[in-house]
Amino acid sequence: MPETLGGTPLEAKSSRGGNIFTTSYVPQLRYAWDTGEAIGRYLQELKQERLIARSCHQCGRVMIPPRMFCERCFRPTDEWVYVKDTGRIITFSLCYVSWDVRRLKQPQIPAVIEIDGASPGTGILHVVKKVPPKQVKIGMPVRAVWKPSAERVGSITDIAYWEPNTKTKKRQ
Amino acid sequence: MKLERERCHYSITPTLHYSSFSTNMARKVAVIGAGMTKFMRRALETPKELAWLAAKAALDSAGMKLNQIDSVVLGTAPEAFDGLHMKGEYLSDGCGAWNKPFLRCYVGGGTGVYALAQAWFHVASGLYDTALVVCEEKMSTCQPHPQAAFLTIFDPITEQPLKPNLLWIFALEQNRYMETYGITIEEIARVSVKNKRNALDHPAAQLGAELTVQQVLASEIMAWPVHRLMVSPTSDGAAAIVIAAEEVARRVTSKPVWIQGVGWCLDTAYWTNRDLAYPEYVEKAAWMAYRMAGIKEPRKEINIAEPYDPFAYKELHHLEGLQLAPKGQAPKLLADGVFDRDGDLPTTPSGGLLGVGNPIAAAGMMKLCELFWQLRSEAGARQVPGKPERGVAQAWGDLMQVGTVVVLGTKRPE
Repeated sequence: MPETLGGTPLEAKSSRGGNIFTTSYVPQLRYAWDTGEAIGRYLQELKQERLIARSCHQCGRVMIPPRMFCERCFRPTDEWVYVKDTGRIITFSLCYVSWDVRRLKQPQIPAVIEIDGASPGTGILHVVKKVPPKQVKIGMPVRAVWKPSAERVGSITDIAYWEPNTKTKKRQ
Repeated sequence: MKLERERCHYSITPTLHYSSFSTNMARKVAVIGAGMTKFMRRALETPKELAWLAAKAALDSAGMKLNQIDSVVLGTAPEAFDGLHMKGEYLSDGCGAWNKPFLRCYVGGGTGVYALAQAWFHVASGLYDTALVVCEEKMSTCQPHPQAAFLTIFDPITEQPLKPNLLWIFALEQNRYMETYGITIEEIARVSVKNKRNALDHPAAQLGAELTVQQVLASEIMAWPVHRLMVSPTSDGAAAIVIAAEEVARRVTSKPVWIQGVGWCLDTAYWTNRDLAYPEYVEKAAWMAYRMAGIKEPRKEINIAEPYDPFAYKELHHLEGLQLAPKGQAPKLLADGVFDRDGDLPTTPSGGLLGVGNPIAAAGMMKLCELFWQLRSEAGARQVPGKPERGVAQAWGDLMQVGTVVVLGTKRPE
């Protein structure tokens, strides 16, 4: 390969000093995503403090988030199935950076939570709170903490967060 | 025509099958030129200018002019980075696509390796004799940092309201990987040490460094268990390759590097419904490419690997998916020196995304450029000893769901 390659690295100061020109654009865009059949019902149930899944009678899976078709069997799913608002942590992180790259003193604890009543390994993404970060473990049982009914709007954030479920025996 | 079908060696679902059609029908295709720009935190050049620089370097490497190119393939990642919606059309001039058949392809981070597989179709099918493949990314346009633009990769209804960031999914996957196989954070950190050291010898490198495991672990925790020095940078850059059908390749060069196999596979976008400890879709993509290449025992038959390393653990994760280490055992092989540049199976001799940089699509293409130079013994200070005859490059992306694989070698495929 050639030893000299094209490309001109810029230092941060070169733009501050006005040595190069840029134009900037801050998009003002707003979207409204239609929730569709399956997730529409999911959100409706969240507003009622319930978690709901869909089952496929061919592969036998109970799936959450729910879907109207089974992506494996490629056929319609069959039934609505209420599942529990408890589960266990499949994996988690202690994240010190916000979505827009601000540093956080107290970490957020995102986790994939396997939902009791859904098929093994079937989880959802959410956040865990009310636990010292160093005590969070994979396999830890957790339960949903719901927002008060007046504050629930039919959103995944109607579950405020998940906290350790001390009533359940830990399993791996 | 009756397609001969055989049971896949490995299936994500029991119903998936693999067709052996392509191996028998395809024309032989070789890489005959490669070029790239520097990878930089921020480049003066526009995306179009970066694409042009890489495309021209690849043409020069092949000793060809644009009028000898029949078709052009572009790989580039999310529009959100650039704030340019029809990015393919915007970039087309820089890719040399004026008045030519032009295809843009995109599978997130997997794009760079996928682009060569897509270009392979163009020539293997007999439709064209030559193709120029260009991959470009300019991430610095999105300011102050493209991280916020990554929010839109998550499901808009069930995930985005939780304000996730890209670090989450890597940290969640790394934690699951470590827990499942009992891997330590020190073992993961060794990847950063190796790749950033290898990058010191790469003229395009943005972040080559001589580091210790302790220094990696002393770097800021971004999203436990991910430390800052285990994360690839955001970068501006471009890389390109010229491919040709056998008749053209033999005329143009005495050292064609053959495309022996291509493979790719997508797992479900319901990423919270599957075990993140092992990338099954990478295994499936790898076997597709290996089968085409006639590889039965990957660990014995592959001399050099460029697995996708946007985060340190990903290299190990992918080496396992690529069947180059048993499940959970890649960290041990790394510690034993197997993956060093002078080891038994050098991995990421380029310096990878961790060391050279990560302009998304261009980073995957850079890995293919590296195999081209290594297999032609033109990699200079980075050259692995022992005249490697076959290498595999792999990239990964979308919502932790796509594996893209290309096998290159000095021997003409059967």
